[in-house]
Amino acid sequence: MPTVEMTFTPLPAHVRTARLVATAVARRSGVPEALLDEVRLAVGEACSRAVEVHQQHCPAEPVRVALTGAGERFEVVVTNASAGDDGMAWPPQPATDGQDPAALPAELGLAVIAGLADDVQVSRNGDGLSIRMSWPSGAPAG
Amino acid sequence: MDLKLEHHTTDGIEVVDVEGEIDVYTAPRLRELLIDLVNGGHYQLVVNMEKVEFLDSTGLGVLVGGLKRVRAHDGSLDLVCTQERILKIFRITGLTKVFGIHDGVDEAIAARKSEK
Repeated sequence: MPTVEMTFTPLPAHVRTARLVATAVARRSGVPEALLDEVRLAVGEACSRAVEVHQQHCPAEPVRVALTGAGERFEVVVTNASAGDDGMAWPPQPATDGQDPAALPAELGLAVIAGLADDVQVSRNGDGLSIRMSWPSGAPAG
Repeated sequence: MDLKLEHHTTDGIEVVDVEGEIDVYTAPRLRELLIDLVNGGHYQLVVNMEKVEFLDSTGLGVLVGGLKRVRAHDGSLDLVCTQERILKIFRITGLTKVFGIHDGVDEAIAARKSEK
């Protein structure tokens, strides 16, 4: 069972709340201080992406975030409810070659997540798509 | 913390001081300011990010959009940033090669002047 679960209306204003909660739970779960910025940014990116997808396809449905910090790793799962999200942008394409600023990856947020979390999985979850990320929590193995 | 934006002209270069968090909620305000400045004829921009506490990919997109706008007028958009946690996202996305990133506003202005 997740340590903390939350759902929020798919509005940009709520993404900050989601990443603040995620950072607080990560801290309590023993994630090293040096990694908290990465957790905050990656969760923010995943939630921003979910909000964008929901606003396009299902604005009445909430975004779901599950935070689990009981084991060796702190795990975050951000799930959108949109059947319109095919997730085809995963894994993200390499970042811009530095020559043309217009050459940003189509899914810049996913590229950032891939660069931040050492363990990322994107999978179909019912009608929607889940982004599962985890970091070491500092808890003893077993 | 919300986003606080101020701007002033120094040596003919428009310096934008950004304070707070640039994310999916606040980034549109920065985008509007950059668009307004370009529409007002300011094509040499320095964005001072020393007081930025958080930057995500939406904010990066706004900065890249601003860069494209000024470049369309043969202008420039340089950044001031020394915070490792902010610089990291530029490195992850390869944008350290796209922007001039300086340690201070004076250095950014001096670098821009020397290229003229």
